Order: sequence, then structure tokens, then C-alpha cells
Amino acid sequence: MESGVVILIGLFFSVAVYLMLSKQLVRMLLGIAILGNAVNMLIFTNGRLTREVPPLIPEELYTPAIQTANPLPQALVLTAIVISFSFFAFLLVLAFRAYQELGTDGVNTMRVAEPEDDQTPPQGY
Amino acid sequence: MRTIIFRTIAPYLSALMVLFSIFVLLRGHNEPGGGFIGGLIAASAFAIFGIACGVASVRRAIYFHPMAVAGFGLFMAALAGVLSIFKGQTFMTSQWLIFDFFGVEIALSTPMVFDIGVYLVVVGAIGSIALALEERESD
Amino acid sequence: MAGSSVTVDLSQAMITAHVAAADWLVVAPSLITILGGSLCLMLRKHTSLQPKLGNAFLGLLVLANLALLARVLDHGIITMVMGNWLPPFGIAFTVDTLGATLSLIASIVAFCAGIFGSATVDATGRRYGFYPFLLLLMTGVCGAFLTGDIFNLYVWFEVLLISSYGLLILGNDRIQLDGAVKYGVLNLIGTNLFLIATGLLYGIFGTLNMADIAMKAAALEGAATGTLATVAALYFLAFAMKAAAFPVNFWLPASYHTPNVVVSAVFAGLLTKVGVYALIRVFVLILPESRAYMADVIALVAIATLMTGAIGALAQSEVRRLLGYVVIAGIGAMLAGVAVGSTLAVSGAVFYAVHSIIVMTALYMAAGVMKLIGGSYDLRKLGGLYNKNAAFAAVFLVLAFAVSGLPPFSGFWPKIILVDAAFADGRAWLAAAILLSGFLTTLAMGRVWIFAFWRGGPEGTPDGELATATATEGSASLAGGAIWVPLGILTALVIYFGLQPEWMLELSTQGASGVVEPLGYLRSVFGEQG
Repeated sequence: MESGVVILIGLFFSVAVYLMLSKQLVRMLLGIAILGNAVNMLIFTNGRLTREVPPLIPEELYTPAIQTANPLPQALVLTAIVISFSFFAFLLVLAFRAYQELGTDGVNTMRVAEPEDDQTPPQGY
Repeated sequence: MRTIIFRTIAPYLSALMVLFSIFVLLRGHNEPGGGFIGGLIAASAFAIFGIACGVASVRRAIYFHPMAVAGFGLFMAALAGVLSIFKGQTFMTSQWLIFDFFGVEIALSTPMVFDIGVYLVVVGAIGSIALALEERESD
Repeated sequence: MAGSSVTVDLSQAMITAHVAAADWLVVAPSLITILGGSLCLMLRKHTSLQPKLGNAFLGLLVLANLALLARVLDHGIITMVMGNWLPPFGIAFTVDTLGATLSLIASIVAFCAGIFGSATVDATGRRYGFYPFLLLLMTGVCGAFLTGDIFNLYVWFEVLLISSYGLLILGNDRIQLDGAVKYGVLNLIGTNLFLIATGLLYGIFGTLNMADIAMKAAALEGAATGTLATVAALYFLAFAMKAAAFPVNFWLPASYHTPNVVVSAVFAGLLTKVGVYALIRVFVLILPESRAYMADVIALVAIATLMTGAIGALAQSEVRRLLGYVVIAGIGAMLAGVAVGSTLAVSGAVFYAVHSIIVMTALYMAAGVMKLIGGSYDLRKLGGLYNKNAAFAAVFLVLAFAVSGLPPFSGFWPKIILVDAAFADGRAWLAAAILLSGFLTTLAMGRVWIFAFWRGGPEGTPDGELATATATEGSASLAGGAIWVPLGILTALVIYFGLQPEWMLELSTQGASGVVEPLGYLRSVFGEQG
């Protein structure tokens, strides 16, 4: 099962990279969203995939009696989902505002901060 | 978007969603749920209310500014971890207060306070983003 | 919990010993800033109260960090594990000299920025949340310096990232939105790379505690060099992106000149240095073998960064963008320390980080003052500032000397250490790059001083004459101490570390030896059997 998931992760990563290489900001943001999902699956797979045994320890034991699912990657993925979700929401608002103010969503045409007709510094008095 | 059906149903729907979000928040300690998901449900309730009845009425309804709500939640969540200093334990050690209330066992704990803080942070932060987006649309 | 009939021996998983209240100093910096930040957030409408409250909390933060550093120097490395779990189960905060020193310097700089901001951030900026975001940024910065858990480090990175977004778009100008888009997208990709590497590292070792990983990685003894090198390369890319090292540095000069100048000052001082700190922590402490494996690559990146920064600075006529490139040149010097990796080199990198935090913040503040007095950030339009305010011209000259690495100021000692360490390691070209970059930076900074301060007036003023009518409308707000006090404190620190470097030398050497020979670090987390 792991190899199947790994191929899927690879697919996600390639889609994400392809979208992030685009010149449109919206596509880049979609790429980042997919990248976040790819990373989450990667962490999840790195915790080893097992089938549906909840990690509960019987009361009289210190360790689980049988092999159980790894609870830590789930916690990590949850944290990462929360973070990437809020960042995505923020960047979406930011991109929308930038589109309204700058009138473009092409990364090559956003030149307010670094104008193209930038002058070289003075060479003498 | 602002059909009469939607506008009539939206307040009830929002109220129901906020109620459900509190239910999800409180069951979160041992069962699926919790502060984050509860907060998201509540924030989407405000978003729906905003779409139907306008952003101004949402702001009036929640009275406090969403970011202030988020700030209060953060404050609460941070304080929940501090209580353990009085018992000589490390930061974020959970403290429990379990008592009987007419035969029903009530468990109050710092994780719950923390979760309520998370709930408020999410409601405030996501709510203010959603309201900001809706305001732009209506201009 | 309720309903348990079997008695469980908790001592196998949890700490049962009493924790001294003084150990709470470990979390105090993050806690103070979270509480202060959320309080300021609640009171965001009270714009006159905000600076007082914000600066009070920032002052408290400085005191907490001082106490923490004193305790670390007194008692050795302190570890506190959240929620009373035994390491490596709980999230550990492990504070050594390195983390405590950087945290202290960062908080001093933030305090100065808070004071500076009370004069330069208007009511709108305050309502948009300058103080809450500054405090929450410090939560992230101090948390990153003090944590002992690699996933927690990622979380602190995100905390400081989201607060930096808030600071960056304070005021909502067009140019700010442009800068914020580039900064935001690229930094988010960088932290995602960090997360990927952390996920892979967890897959290899099954733990996220830094001390635990360091022990397990050392136990492998070269059995997994390739796998670890892959992870290390990812970490390097992620932290290089954060620190703005050469191939991934272009977001910095594209965004750092867009926000309010005090925000630029905080960013230039702190954010890139957090990246360098993470690089030292991960490469020197956790994966020393991979660092040795990648040393040549890191050295090449360091040289390229040193050169890009210095040459870029030479090509700018906008003071803030010029300073952005100077930040990058400094990052190159610190990377050189990581590339060499000896105790001496790392101590040089740490000292340089301290120097860079202070001097870059002071320089950006000085740029803000230049705008207030001279009316522009452009070298073509500036001029005659020496004539208008000679004391300020002297301050700027001190800072320019310091950032170029000239004696007798704070930049001199770390550069000497780094050059010495590079020679000792047989990397003469690395030493040469550091010196050449310092020389080019001297040229760039000297040009700023000559054009903005020394000549009579803006471009077009005949040589030897003084411009008569120039913009001085900002001078009314210059009267207050809120601008001069922070600038004065930082400049005094620059001079102090230049004339009396022993204290900081000892701290950085102790910090560096703590990560190069991590036995004390491991013992602090796992007790004596580690």
C-alpha cells in the first residue's frame, strides 16, 4: 500500500511544482495548496501505514498489546493542515487585494516594488 | 444570492450552526471534534449570515471585533497552560477538576479551557478573513 | 482521569519530580509575548494605550531573557518538557547559551523597535496591529531560539511568518501588497520544504526531539549517509530560503524596502538570523556528519551570497534596498562559519549573528531618520545631512564602519574569527571572499555616507556649496527621544561590542562549543545516562 501512496505523493508534488512555476498568482496559490496536501501525505506515510487499529493501550499494560496505528503523524498532519489552511486563506486575500490594487495577477508585471526603470546610483557629485 | 428563502432561513441556520459548533467543541476531548473544527463551523455560520443579511449586521451581532475575539482566545489558551506553575509542574500540564453535579459527573480541565481559546482564535481569525472578503464583494 | 481502576506507574512516562518555578523562565519569553500580544490585540482600538502596553511587555521580555541567560550561565543548559511528559514524548524546550544569547539580543532589538515605532507608526498602523504583531513575531523568534523539538521549531517559524505578514502589509499601500505577495509566497514554500524534510527525518528516526535525533544520527555511524544527506540538503534549501542565501535570496530585496521602516528594521535584524540559527542547530548539532559531507556546497553558497550581497549593494541607489543587499552579504559570512563548522568558526558565526541583528536594525532605523531629515530614500535626492545633523552623521558613520567589518566596532571581531577559522580549515578562498565582500560593502556604505551626508545637497548642487531650501518638514517629529533613544542604544551596543568584545566572545564560544560538542545538550534532555 505504501508504494501506491508514494506514487500518489510524487504525482501531487509534480502537479504542485508545475503550477508553482506558472506566471499567474492564482495558479501559484493552487500549487501551494496542493504542495501542502502532498507534504501532509508524506508525513502521514512516513509514520508507516497500518490498517485501522486505534492506538489504545489496555489499562493493565504500558505498551499496546498489538501493533497499532502511529498517532504522532496524525497530530503532526493536523497541525500542518491547520497552518497551511490559514496561510492559504491569508494568501488568497492578499492576492485578491494585490490584484485589485495592482490590476494584475502576473508575477512578471508586478513591478511596483522593483520598478523596471531603476536608476543606477550616482557615480559622482 | 439574496433570495427571500435564503434570507429567511439564514438566521436560523446560523444559530443552529453556532449551537452545533459549541457541541463539537465540548465533545472534542475524547471524541472527534475540538476547538479548531468547532471554530470553523462557527466562522462559516457567521459567513453565511453575512452573505444573507450583510456584513454590517454580522458585526453588530457579534458586538466585538473578530480580531479582539481572537486575541481573547489566545490570551485564554496561554493562561490555561500557566495554571500548572502552582503545582510545581511544567508548562501546559493538564489540571482536572472533577465533581458530581446532581449525579452527573462534570469534568472541568485546563485542556478544555485551552480548546475554548482555540475555538475563539479560529472564530476570530477565520471570521475576520471571511467578513473582509464579503465586504469587498459588496462594494 | 475518571474511571481508572488499575493504578498506573506514571513515572515511566511522566516527570514526577517537582519543577522549580525558576525553570519556567524557559517558556517565559514566549508566554510574555503571547499574553502581551493578545492583550494588545484586544485593545486595538485604544491607539494611545498600545505603545505603552506593547513597550512594557517588550521590556518585560528583555528582563525575562536576561534572567534566562543568567540562569543558563549559572546552571548550565535547562530543559523543560511541556505537559510533564518525559522526553522524547513531550515537546521539549531546551535552552543553551546559544539560544539564550540570541533570544536576549533579539528582544533588546525588538524593545528598541517598539520605542522607535511609538514615534514612527501612526494611529492607522497601530489600529492595524503593529504592537500585537510585533509581540507575536517575538513569540515566534524567541520560541525558535529556545525550542528543542524540530517540529516545534517549524511551528514557531510559522508563528513568526504569519505575524510578519501582518507587519508587512500594515497600512495597505500598493507597494506593500506587491512586496508582501513575493515575500509571502516564497517564504511559505520555504517552510513547506522545512516540513518535508522534517517528515522524512521523522520517517528515518521516529522521533522529533533534537537531542534524540542527534544521538540516533550519531549511532548510525555513516550507515545512512545518502539518506541523511538528502534530508540535510532539503533542510539547507529551506533554511537558506529563510536566511536569503544566494540562489534563493531574491525575495529579500524585493520586499524589505516596502513596509514601514521600523518593520523593515525588525525584519532585517531578526528574520534572516532565525534561518541562520536553525541552520546552525540542524547542521552542527543534529546532523554533523551531513554538514561535513556538504561543507563544500555550503562554502560555495556562502561565497556566492557574500558576493551577491556586496555587488547588489553597490548597484542600488535606494538606501533601504541597498541595506537589503547588505543583510544578504552578512548572511554569507555566517554561512561561511557553518561551512567550516569548527568551534571557532561557529562562534564567529554566532557573534556575527549578534552583530548583524543589532547593526542591521540600527541601519534601517537610520534610513528612516534619513527620510525624516532629508525627505527621501534615494541617494540622488539626499545630501547635506551632515550639515543638518552632525551627531546623526557620526552615528551613521559608526554603523557603516561596523557593518563593513572595520575596527573598532562590533563587525570587526566576528569577521576576524571567521577569516581565522577559514584559514585554519584550509579554505583560503573562503577567507578571501569574506574580506572582498567586506571591502565592497565598505565602498557601498561609504558611498551612502558621501552622497547623503558629506556633499552639500542633492544632485545638482555645485560642489563646495550648501543647498539652501530642502525638505525639513519631518523635523517636528524628530524632537522626541523616541527616535534617538533606540538608535542610541543600538549604536552604543555596536561600540561596546567593538571595544569590549570579551563578554560576547565568551558567550559565543560557549554557545558554539555547546552545539559542536553536544554532550551537555543531550544530558540536559535525557539525564546523566545520555
